[in-house]
Amino acid sequence: MKYLDEYRDPALAQRLFDEIRRITTRPWAIMEVCGGQTHSIIRNGIDQLLPPEIELIHGPGCPVCVTPLEMIDKALAIAARPGVIFCSFGDMLRVPGSSMDLFRIKSEGGDVRIVYSPLDAVKLAQQHPQREVVFFGIGFETTAPANAMAVFQARQLGLKNFSMLVSHVLVPPAIAALMESPVNRVQAFLAAGHVCSVMGTWQYNPLVERYHVPIVVTGFEPLDVLEGIRKSVLQLEQGRAELENAYPRAVQSEGNLAAQKMLADVFQITDRAWRGIGVIPQSGWRLSANYAEFDAETRYAVTDIHTTESALCHSGEVLQGLIKPNQCPAFGKQCTPRNPLGATMVSTEGACAAYYQYGRFIRAEEVGVAQ
Amino acid sequence: MSELFDFTGWTCPAPLRDHPAIVMGHGGGGKLSAELIEHLFLPAFRNSTNAELGDSAVIELGGMRLAYSTDSFVVRPLFFPGGNIGELAVNGTVNDIAMSGARPLYMSAGFILEEGMPLEKLALIAESMGAAARRAGVALVTGDTKVVDRGHGDGVFINTSGFGIVPDGVQIGPSRARPGDVVIVSGDIGVHGIAIMSVREGLEFGAPVVSDTAPLNGLVAAMLEETRAIHVLRDPTRGGMASTLNEIAQASGVGIAIEERKLPVPDAVRAACELLGLDPLYVANEGKLVAIVPANVAEQVLACMQRHELGKRATIIGRVTDQHAGMVVARTGIGGMRVVDMMIGEQLPRIC
Repeated sequence: MKYLDEYRDPALAQRLFDEIRRITTRPWAIMEVCGGQTHSIIRNGIDQLLPPEIELIHGPGCPVCVTPLEMIDKALAIAARPGVIFCSFGDMLRVPGSSMDLFRIKSEGGDVRIVYSPLDAVKLAQQHPQREVVFFGIGFETTAPANAMAVFQARQLGLKNFSMLVSHVLVPPAIAALMESPVNRVQAFLAAGHVCSVMGTWQYNPLVERYHVPIVVTGFEPLDVLEGIRKSVLQLEQGRAELENAYPRAVQSEGNLAAQKMLADVFQITDRAWRGIGVIPQSGWRLSANYAEFDAETRYAVTDIHTTESALCHSGEVLQGLIKPNQCPAFGKQCTPRNPLGATMVSTEGACAAYYQYGRFIRAEEVGVAQ
Repeated sequence: MSELFDFTGWTCPAPLRDHPAIVMGHGGGGKLSAELIEHLFLPAFRNSTNAELGDSAVIELGGMRLAYSTDSFVVRPLFFPGGNIGELAVNGTVNDIAMSGARPLYMSAGFILEEGMPLEKLALIAESMGAAARRAGVALVTGDTKVVDRGHGDGVFINTSGFGIVPDGVQIGPSRARPGDVVIVSGDIGVHGIAIMSVREGLEFGAPVVSDTAPLNGLVAAMLEETRAIHVLRDPTRGGMASTLNEIAQASGVGIAIEERKLPVPDAVRAACELLGLDPLYVANEGKLVAIVPANVAEQVLACMQRHELGKRATIIGRVTDQHAGMVVARTGIGGMRVVDMMIGEQLPRIC
């Protein structure tokens, strides 16, 4: 298939593996920020083919994993209301809240629907004027423009029965938070290519300078990921710390200006809690004052949320790269993809789910358990 | 095993505990479906015939071996690119019977109709059931009709059941895969699931894909004429190739290793899967089969399949091994390995 097969070419991949092996002289810990990259690494078996010195830490860029428990519980409470059509991206349905998930709400009579685009939720609101349509607007800068567009269109259309439960998160503050952590192990970042295609790369220069850490904007196909790793290793080995773009076919330094304008209109920066990590200042978006009437949080004024995270779940430490999933005592025992205690075990890009798949097949030492 | 994690008791840590009520995943053909059967239905039904859990049960009767199967169809929308619920209902049971090597003969059809279902649509569905039965060479000989209140069904639900006769010398079953055997798929995978998804509410997209629904008994008969040494036949419907191969690996106590590069996935299916974040290995098929055959007849069976209209794009995708018993692994396009697990519930479009 055009534009995909070129970036999955086995011979070129082999050359990149060889090159990475050639330039690597000592251990390096590199974090791929985005869940889509984790997915690609797992799906293609990339980390098994890297030299043992390279440790990939699966970062917090999986929206399913970091959406705070309180927000999931709010979503569940809103979705359970009679008259509400609750729309969500597919993989949010299985994320456990304090006591249940959206599938369970659906089985108990809630009208929960999977949509591919938030604009489909706007369409549903037009088709069902007697019902309240709520869209669960989560994700990073990548999903934000379409979500912003949905709210924008709802206002243009004068829809009174559409609202959005917004829990957007931003990449740069998360990188800063990781670097500020006294137990940080990350030595270089593969920045999320599609986030940068929206926001550009300029936001990352201050991070490179402040923390003297290589940041390489990286794509998602196997060759993209390998090229990102190669550039990171080269910087690390040479003692450089620079911002590099290994995904130029999709990312320009200024980003998508039209999308940024829309985002600035619809959203405003806010402090945001990250599941498993805690509150990171100025790390999220909520609806701006101009669009407050579309905010499902105020429209439904869901109170009485008492979150209880599983005491057994160590996903926060996993998301920060402090432990490997298989070092969590619940891993593979109380916590499996079949019965996840934390969101990292739910999504295929979740670090725990990924390790669960490996762990059944590959020896612990081969997946590189942190010391 | 000492260097590996301790996997004892991993497969089903909490059977049925976390869902006190039925969720959609119990019908998805993956792990939840398997658990429902294993922990709720089988203990209640247990007997010597259902132990193998193939697509159909094989019963000895009057010196003959009968393959007997049933399937229920709840499809939304009722009419989709390339077919409708009616022909799906006939082909589905025909194929389940054919997967034991049997020649399907007679079928029943039960209809649960929703109040308000237009007769014109029902007639179209009935017509295509008749046509599908004639194409497959089976007779629809008995049926039943019930009507439920408006809002209690999606227009029409159909159950079909049927039986056929297993020819002498044919021993086909999910537990008969042996190390060294070769895994063949009869053609392009993921087609039916993508065709349905492309017209499902909330996911509509323009995909030039039509369902592959087709009766496979003719193809199976041709293969059995070539050789009776076939070990396993399955049609990978719900849960896709991944779930079917996992079921075979578990039932036979063997490992299965497939080559991702050899999987026949049409471009339109690949594109839709890339867009939605789905894996074609988990997408449903309705007119494809997986054959597991001894290596010494593999080329012969493959050539025979390729001569048949429904097996033109048949290809060898992997092998059965004595490694990683009960597990399916895939060599990825760039040469890595990944575990192809059984689906948990339903495959969900990913956010990014």
